[in-house]
Amino acid sequence: MYSQNVDTGVDRKSDRASMSPEEAAFQDRVDQDITIEPRDWMPELYRKTLIRQISQHAHSEIVGMLPEGNWITRAPSLRRKLILLAKVQDEAGHGLYLYSAAETLGVDRQELLDALHSGKAKYSSIFNYPTLTWADIGAIGWLVDGAAIMNQIPLCRCSFGPYARAMVRVCKEESFHQRQGFEILLELCRGTEDQKRMAQDAMNRWWWPSLMMFGPADGDSVHTQQSMAWKIKRHTNDELRQRFVDQTVPQAQHLGLTVPDPDLRYNEETGHWDYGEIDWDEFWNVVKGNGPCNRERLRARRQAYEDGAWVREAAQAHAEKRAARRAAA
Amino acid sequence: MKKDWPLWEVFIRSKHGLSHKHVGSIHATDAEMAITNARDVYTRRNEGASIWVVPSASIVSSAPGDKEILFDPSEDKIYRHPTFYEIPSDVENL
Ligand SMILES: [Fe+2]
Ligand SMILES: [Fe+2]
Repeated sequence: MYSQNVDTGVDRKSDRASMSPEEAAFQDRVDQDITIEPRDWMPELYRKTLIRQISQHAHSEIVGMLPEGNWITRAPSLRRKLILLAKVQDEAGHGLYLYSAAETLGVDRQELLDALHSGKAKYSSIFNYPTLTWADIGAIGWLVDGAAIMNQIPLCRCSFGPYARAMVRVCKEESFHQRQGFEILLELCRGTEDQKRMAQDAMNRWWWPSLMMFGPADGDSVHTQQSMAWKIKRHTNDELRQRFVDQTVPQAQHLGLTVPDPDLRYNEETGHWDYGEIDWDEFWNVVKGNGPCNRERLRARRQAYEDGAWVREAAQAHAEKRAARRAAA
Repeated sequence: MKKDWPLWEVFIRSKHGLSHKHVGSIHATDAEMAITNARDVYTRRNEGASIWVVPSASIVSSAPGDKEILFDPSEDKIYRHPTFYEIPSDVENL
């Protein structure tokens, strides 16, 4: 998802017999849905996993601004430009809510940014794909934000208070993102043949990467069990992926777009849409840094940070000067 | 610059006459910038009518370990709640 395959430091769930009294008391509180707050006692692995998960999530929001930012100056109308600006600004806000939640666990913002810029920290695989046409902006809003919402709604009930509260804010803002994306595609699909072709092309390129956002299949997701026991993950990757497919296929039909999966069919027995095999080689390749845009995204992030250095230094100098004046007065 | 700017806790009062409510934190060099940043980060949808920012380092909070000492004493004082009192059902407006 926005945080895919987060390392819990263990490859299976810890069992009760091996827990210290503190760990057992902690697990009891989590089991009873008592929210864990920053100053409460927590296992070190829980704290570390959360820092990893929340910061990965934050990085995804920030890096996620890049593919969409690519189209701000070329939006087809002033209305679309205003909407896209507001959406991208929201994503910056989401990143900041999340960094702020991560910091309550005792990590510095600077450390988190350094980890992103050095390539050590991960962000969602989805943002390593290019936005080639205006229809891609529609596809991102509809599919990528749609998949993000699917993952973020259950996180509003996660065990760690600051993360859950940040998710509540984020979810309130996300639904406009998905709707504006769907509207872009709707307009294209009702347009000329070329516009419709453009929408279908975007669908073809974004469908599979969107399914990959939910992370590895349950059988290959060694950290899921522990994360679920801690309630920092409330559903498995495959559960959420299936829900997303079930929700999205009828929307695609409404648009008149073809889902690029020859194996996709409605299963009368289960009431779900069965879908074809995901290309996991592609997924792991992108996660490992070899997607179409990994290098470009990191380069853009680093450059934005370096270009802003003089502003940060000037603001710091200004604040120091004013503080010194106040002290002298 | 390798050090973070100071952290500020942000409180927003909404339009509906409720108290300021904690919404998160932001980094800023001084109070003025903290207000401006808080405006951009936490009130993009008209959520606020007023903002407080407080240096995070200035906040003093109760310790999680003191929960029992602080809050248990009020637990058995059920007579502080209106539901403690039994009033005949035919008495109105009470
Ligand atoms: Fe977001
Ligand atoms: Fe979004």
